Amino acid sequence: MAINKGFLNFSILRKFAMALSGLFLVIFLLQHLTINLTSVFSSDAFNSLSHFMGTNPLVQFLLQPILAFGVFFHLSMGLVLEIKNRNARPIKYAYSKPEENSSWMSRNMIITGVMIMLFLGLHFYDFWFPELKLKFIDGIWNNETRYFIELQHKFHDPIRVALYVLSFVFLSLHLMHGFQSAFQSIGFRNKSYTPFIKKLSSIYAIVVPFGFVCIAIYHFLAQ
Amino acid sequence: MNLTLKIWRQKEAKASGSMETYKVSEISEHMSFLEMMDVLNEQLINEGKEPIAFDHDCREGICGSCSMYINGEPHGPDRGVTTCQLHMRKFKDGDTIHIEPWRAASFPVIKDLVVDRSAFDRIIQSGGYVSVNTSGNSQDANAIPIPKEDADNAFDAATCIGCGACVAACKNSSAMLFVSAKVSQLALLPQGQVERKERVLSMVDQMDTEGFGNCSNTGACEIECPKGISLDNIARMNRELLSAKI
Ligand code: SF4
Ligand code: FES
Repeated sequence: MAINKGFLNFSILRKFAMALSGLFLVIFLLQHLTINLTSVFSSDAFNSLSHFMGTNPLVQFLLQPILAFGVFFHLSMGLVLEIKNRNARPIKYAYSKPEENSSWMSRNMIITGVMIMLFLGLHFYDFWFPELKLKFIDGIWNNETRYFIELQHKFHDPIRVALYVLSFVFLSLHLMHGFQSAFQSIGFRNKSYTPFIKKLSSIYAIVVPFGFVCIAIYHFLAQ
Repeated sequence: MNLTLKIWRQKEAKASGSMETYKVSEISEHMSFLEMMDVLNEQLINEGKEPIAFDHDCREGICGSCSMYINGEPHGPDRGVTTCQLHMRKFKDGDTIHIEPWRAASFPVIKDLVVDRSAFDRIIQSGGYVSVNTSGNSQDANAIPIPKEDADNAFDAATCIGCGACVAACKNSSAMLFVSAKVSQLALLPQGQVERKERVLSMVDQMDTEGFGNCSNTGACEIECPKGISLDNIARMNRELLSAKI
C-alpha cells in the first residue's frame, strides 16, 4: 500500500525536502551576508562576531552540523533528482523550443547548482578547512583577532576575487528560480501571496549575491 | 502554402526511427493541422508508401488523443489548443515544420507519432474515482451545496483531457499537472472526501512507478496545456500528499 511507503520514496516529498533544505540555506545566506557586511564597517565588529560564531558551542556543535547536513542533502538530492529526471526521457527531441515555455534559470538548476558546489569546494578550502584544522587539530580557539586578517589575505588575489564574483552570478541565477519554486513545492501558493513571494524572490536573488560581490571587491580594492 | 515537413518515422515499438522529410503543396491556411496531415497521407498512399500513423479521434479538442510535438512545442506554437485545433494559418508559406511524438520513457512510441499513454489510465485506475453507488438510486449531486469557488476550481481541473502535453513539454517528463488536476477535481468536492488521502497517495505512487520525472516547477506544462490547467493544482496536490502522509 502506498500509505506505508517511506517519506522520501514519494517524488513529491523528495521535492518537499529539497525545498525545505533550500529555504534553510536561503536563511543561512542572509545571516552569512549580515556578518560579512560588518567587515566593511568595522574590523572589530567582524572579528568579535566571527569569534562568537566560531566558538559558541551551540553554533559549533548544533547549528554547524545541521548546516553541513543541509548543504550535503540539498546537493546530493539535487543530483539524484537530476539523474531520475534524465532517465524519464531517454530519447530527446530532435527539435525543441523550451525557451517558449520556461525560463533558462528554471531549466538549468543543475548547472547553476553544480557551479555553486564547485565554488563551495573553493570556499571550504579557503576558510572552513583551515578553520577546522586550527581549532580541532592545532587546538587554537582563543585567537579573537585573526578573522579580519584572514579575510583580507584571501581577497588579495584578483583571480580568487573573480572566481568568487562569477560564483555569485551562478548563485543569483539559482536563487531566481529556487527561492520562489521552494514555496510551490511545499504547496504554499495562493492569489494574494504568490505574486509577493515572486517579487521577494527576485529581489533576494539579486541583492544577496550582489552584497557578497561588493564585499569581496571592497576588500580587494581596500588593500 | 507549400511546406517542408520533417516527421519522425518508426515502424514499430522496437524499431529505431528517424526524421524523414516530406513536401506538401497547396495547403490552405484554413485547414487544421490534422487535415494537413491527411493531405500528406493521401499523397503517400497514392505514391504507394506507408502513411504516417498518428492518434486522433474527436478533432475538436475534447478527447485528448491527438499528440504531436510541433516545431519544438507540444500541440504546436498556438496557446490553449490541441493539435487538431491548430490551424495552418499559424504557419507561413515555405516553412519547415518539425513533427515528433511525445518523448518520455513512460510514453513509449508504438508507431510513428503514436505513443502508448496507458500509464495515464493506470494512474486513474489507482485512485482517480469516487466510490458512489450508481445503481439508479444515487442522490442528485446538486442536492449537496458546494461553494462556488470550489465548484469552479474543481470544474477547471476537470477540463484536463489527459492529452499528455504536460509530460511532453516538461524537461523532466513529469506528469504532475495531469495527476494534480485529477486529484484536485475530486479533492475539492464533498463526494471526493471519503477516499481523499488514499487517492492522492495511490495516484502519486502510481505516477512514480510509471517512471515519470520529478517536477522542478519550470511551469512549461501550464503554458503548453491546451486546457489551461493551472499550477495551483500542483501546489494543491503537494499539500494533499503532505497532509495524507503526516
Ligand atoms: S494537464 Fe493539460 S496538458 Fe496535461 S494531460 Fe491534462 S489537458 Fe493535457
Ligand atoms: S483529436 Fe480529440 S483532442 Fe484532438
